[in-house]
Parts: sequence; structure tokens; C-alpha cells
Amino acid sequence: MGIKPGQKRDKSPAFTAALVGNPNVGKSTVFNALTGLNRHTGNWTGKTVDHAVGYMRMGKKRAALVDLPGCYQLEPTSPEEVETRDVLMSPNIDCAVIVCDASQPERSLNIALQTLSVIKNAVVCFNLADEARKKGISIDTEAVSEALGVDVILSSAAKREGLKELKRAVFRAGERGRETPAERPEIRPMWAEAERIAEKTVTRDKDAFGARQLRLDRFLTGRFTGGAVMLLLLALVFFITMVGANKPSALLERGFDRLLDIIRGALAPAPDFVTGAFAEGGLKTLFKVISVMLPPMAIFFPLFTLLEDLGLLPRIAFNLDRPFMKCGGCGKMALTCCMGLGCNAAGVVGCRIIESPRERAIAILTNSLIPCNGRFPALTLLIGLFLAAGGGFVSSLTAALWLTAFILMSLAAVLGISKLLSRTVLKGKPSSFILELPPFRKPRVGEVIIRSLLDRTLFVLGRAAAAAFPAGVLIWVLLRTGAMGHIVAFLDPIGAVMGVDGVILTAFLLGLPANELILPLALMLYGGAGSVSAVLTANGWSAFTAFQVLVLMLFHSPCMTTLLTVRKETGSIRMTLAAFLLPSALGVTLCIAANAVRQLILLI
Amino acid sequence: MKMLRRKKPCAAGKEGEGINDLASLPMYGVCRVTGVDECAVRPRLEGLGITEGAEIVALFSAPSGDPTAYSVRGAVVALRRSDAERIRVRGSAAWE
Repeated sequence: MGIKPGQKRDKSPAFTAALVGNPNVGKSTVFNALTGLNRHTGNWTGKTVDHAVGYMRMGKKRAALVDLPGCYQLEPTSPEEVETRDVLMSPNIDCAVIVCDASQPERSLNIALQTLSVIKNAVVCFNLADEARKKGISIDTEAVSEALGVDVILSSAAKREGLKELKRAVFRAGERGRETPAERPEIRPMWAEAERIAEKTVTRDKDAFGARQLRLDRFLTGRFTGGAVMLLLLALVFFITMVGANKPSALLERGFDRLLDIIRGALAPAPDFVTGAFAEGGLKTLFKVISVMLPPMAIFFPLFTLLEDLGLLPRIAFNLDRPFMKCGGCGKMALTCCMGLGCNAAGVVGCRIIESPRERAIAILTNSLIPCNGRFPALTLLIGLFLAAGGGFVSSLTAALWLTAFILMSLAAVLGISKLLSRTVLKGKPSSFILELPPFRKPRVGEVIIRSLLDRTLFVLGRAAAAAFPAGVLIWVLLRTGAMGHIVAFLDPIGAVMGVDGVILTAFLLGLPANELILPLALMLYGGAGSVSAVLTANGWSAFTAFQVLVLMLFHSPCMTTLLTVRKETGSIRMTLAAFLLPSALGVTLCIAANAVRQLILLI
Repeated sequence: MKMLRRKKPCAAGKEGEGINDLASLPMYGVCRVTGVDECAVRPRLEGLGITEGAEIVALFSAPSGDPTAYSVRGAVVALRRSDAERIRVRGSAAWE
């Protein structure tokens, strides 16, 4: 969707406007409100790494709107800023919509003045007016408008205030067409001018920072409370996911079993090969993937999005900067790891927020050590069946603690591998860590739940389901022709060294397109009827086997999508290969080591 | 390091004389920027409004004492000690 300077866009819209502004001032919310599109917004800097194009309508008129990544200034110091400047200077952009934070007038005026030095035709939108009101800041928009020479609108996009006025002003400006300053613009910081204008136009009733916000920050980053609170929150999210997902999963499974029976009945007249490949192979795998994956995802994603909306993620990055720095990374890796919890491919793309190329490479290579949502349900399921069996409150709590422990193991692996990389192939000095901590914002609960269900859950599930059906058919064919037996037999001795079996390794190999497939594929390969635990126990699984599989689940090759993303982001085959080998080698080594220790203990 | 770890507000003014870079600003201390050393991060600091004359308050630090969050022109910005040391400041009254 990227547009480059000099490249002509779709001709149908009346004009093209570009949305610029500081990070995390609700630019995406304004974009969504103006275009009716839905992009996910998060309460942290750097959420919008790619830019989207949407279309606005007013009556019969139609105009294009380009959403640019947030930047602090146009004097380019980061790739986003270079891109923003280039797009703004391109002749395809007719006007700029400068979205800024009404609660930070000087900073907003600085970016507005810089933008106006490049493109004169613009509208300034002071967003987050409600936050400013709460802070006791009021802006005389008419006076600002006079000082800047453009329309100035006060808005609160999340509450849909001021949007109509904004749209009208954008169309007014856009129809005037591009006006560029006479001389070649020189972009420089404009703080002095910004201060001068703010002095005349802004009144402050009380001190600029809220005492409540500060107290919360001190609590979340406190020396003793910081780590504990974050761990507890993580465990709580897991606990809710565990408790909530069990019953719906079982219900779905039963429902799908019945549905499969009906389909089998309907397909009875068809040749055996068709029924088998379609129902026993493709559909059965698809149903397994959905019933195992959907409930935990549908609970975990919204919960996580709530924390993200609240503004917790930057605080985690802040708290973890020191440990990450000591291991050769930086605190922003905590953000990319958090994104990795959702999807490793997204996490790898998110690594763009890390400026230093060396640290970015470390972050990209270690991202898949964090279990993504495709692996979560398998983790929760296996923990629930083998490590925290039983039922009720206590076992759910134990399960949540186990899961937290596994996540900590992941984090330790990220830190350890980072340290290893920065000591060996990616040597270098730590760079800087400059991160804005946004104010805590009350999450819009309803919207968050719907958005995260639609955008994330269904997206991830759709991807998994698309891979599940063909994989199921393939497995059935391999099983039927007897080829599978050879593959499993070949992998069995390797599995034995690692404390697992050939089926599990085969499932991991076949699950390369999507991690969601691994456990359902293993179940298909084992065959047999009954519950998941019955099938697995019948095939010789013990708690130790489950533990080994869990370790492998954390540390194995990232999925195909993630590998392709690494290739795209780094442009290097070597990096992609490293991203493939690093976690795989770690997982295999850990498994062999754990198995060796166990054998030793059994001998004694 | 000790300075950063102290979470109690200090009566600046008295200690104000000893403050010449942002890293030495005690928690809750207020200062005014007098300049930023020439360095790679300077343009980024300027973009955040850390320019001559800007008022900065030290708000809180991470559990390990570094980085520290500062209030700059109405926003909260986290900086590592090594970056804060490049920011020249003049201490003034304590913030309440």
C-alpha cells in the first residue's frame, strides 16, 4: 500500500490528504473515524508502522486519506520520519491533516509548524480534547488558527467529538489543492515559535501531570512492586484464559463430533477415498484446530488488548530495559516480545521501532522464542491435561502458574540468546533508549473486545484453518498409502533421544505452515477415538513427555509466515536461516539435555 | 546510582548547585535545560522537546534505578542514564 514520491495514485478521488502527527495522539482513531475503516489502535508509540490508505466521503465527494506513522519531528532521525517527510513533500499530497495532542500544546505546535513549512495547505486537529480538559488545559483554537494561518479543530475522536467539523475543514483545504512554500523548505525544530504561540493561546488551570497517573506509574515501576505486579497480571490473564477456555473447548469438540457424524452419513454413498480424505482427513483436522484454538484465543486476545489499551506495555519495556540492555538488547525488545505473544510475524515487523540495526537484528532473531497465540492453546491444553490435572480452582491456578513459568522460561531464553548473540556475531555497544510513556487511558472495553475478536482472533484462526484442511488431507493420504509409517519410523530414534516420539516430530515438521496445527496433527497421526488425554495416554504419554513437548512448543522453528516476514524485513537469507535454526537448535538441545538428566535419575 | 534510586523528593535549591546534567537531577527535582551535548541522539531529544529552556522534572525510575522517566513539556519520556548525562541543565526549585 506504500506510495512513493512521484508515483501517481488512483485518480478517482478529488484529492489526497495525508495524516501526520506525533505518535500516540489518536491518529489511527481519527483515521478510522474519517474513513470508516478499522485499524487497530494501541496505547503506545510506534503502533502504526506501515501506512494505510482509506477513503473519506462527504456528500458525493470522495477523497483519499493516507495514514502516516507517527513521528516527533520532520527533521528526519528515524526511517518513519524520513518517510513522512518524503510523502509530505511529494506532489501527490494535496493537503495535510496534522493530528496533535491538545494536552501537549507546545509539542503539537512544533510538529504543526514543521509540517506547515513543507506543505502550506493543512488542517490542524487538536485531538484528545477530553484528556486536555481533564488536565485543565484549554486552547483558544481561533487564536491558534490566526497564528498558523490554517483551520484549527478541537476534537476527541474516541468520543466522536469534532469529527464532522474536521471532515468539513479537510475537504475545504483539500479542494484548494497543494500549495508549497516559495523557497525550498528548511526543516528545523520550532520549539521557540511553538512556545511563543502557546503562551498566547493556551491557558492552564492546574499542574500538567495528574497525581493519580504518577502514583500508578510509581506503583507499576516501583523497586519491589514493579516486577511483582507485572508477573501477577500475566498470571491473572493466563488464569482467566485457562478457567474460561475449558468448557467451551469441550462443548465445541462434542458439537463438531456430531457434525462430523452427520457429514459421514451424508457422504456414505461416495467412494471411500473421497469420504476419507474429505471427512477423516481435512474436516476432522479443521474441527480439531478450531475446537482447540478458538476458546483460549477468544479469551486471551481481548484481555491482552485491554492491557495494551491501558498503556501497560511501555511500562513493561521501561522496567525491563536494564536487563535487556545487559544482554545486548534494549527495552523496546519487551514491546516486540509482547507483540510476539500475539503473533511472531507481527513481532518481527514491530522490531522496526528499534533504531539500532544490531539491536533490531537481535530482536528479530529472538522473537520466535516467545510463544505466539498459535502455540498458546496447545500449551494451555497440555498443561491442563498433564501438569495440572484434575479440575476446579486449584488445578486452574496451578496451570496458570505453570504457564507463567513457561513464559518466564521463554523470556530467559530471549535474554540468554540475546546475550550470546551480542557476545559473538552481533557485537556492539548498547545504543540509546528513548521511549515515551503515554498516559494511562481507560480502555474502551466493548470496542476492544469486538475489535480484538474480529481483527486478531478471526484472522489468526482463519489462517490456521486455511492450512488445517490441506494438511489434514495430506496426512490422511500419507497414512493411507503407508508413507507416514516410514516417516514416523525414521524419526522415532531421534525422538527417543529427545524424550518424545516420531509422531510428535512429524507433527512439528508438518506444522511448519502454522503452529496451531502441531497438536491437532499429532492427534490425527496417533488416530484412535476418545478424548485428547485418552488418545495421548494410550500412546505412551507421561507428564514428562508433555513437558518435553511443551519445551519444544516454546522453542522450535517459527512458522512459515514468520520466516517469510524475517526475510522481508531483513532482506537477508542468512538472517532467515538463523531465525529458523536458532530456536530449533535451542529446543532440541534442551530436550536432549532434559531427557539425559531424566535417564540418569532413573538409573540411580 | 544512589541518587537515582532515592525515591523521596528532595529539597532542591540547596542541592541545586551540584546539578549540571540531567542524570544528576534527584527524584522530583526540577531543572531547566541549558543545552544538549553534540551526540547521535541529540536530534531525537530535540524532537521530544528537550531543547534549551525546556523545564524537566524527574518523576520515577525503573526497578533497577535506570532508566528514569522525566516530565518534558507535558509528556513523560524515559531516558537512560547515559543519555541523560548528555543533557546540560540548571537546577531550580523542587516540584510539589
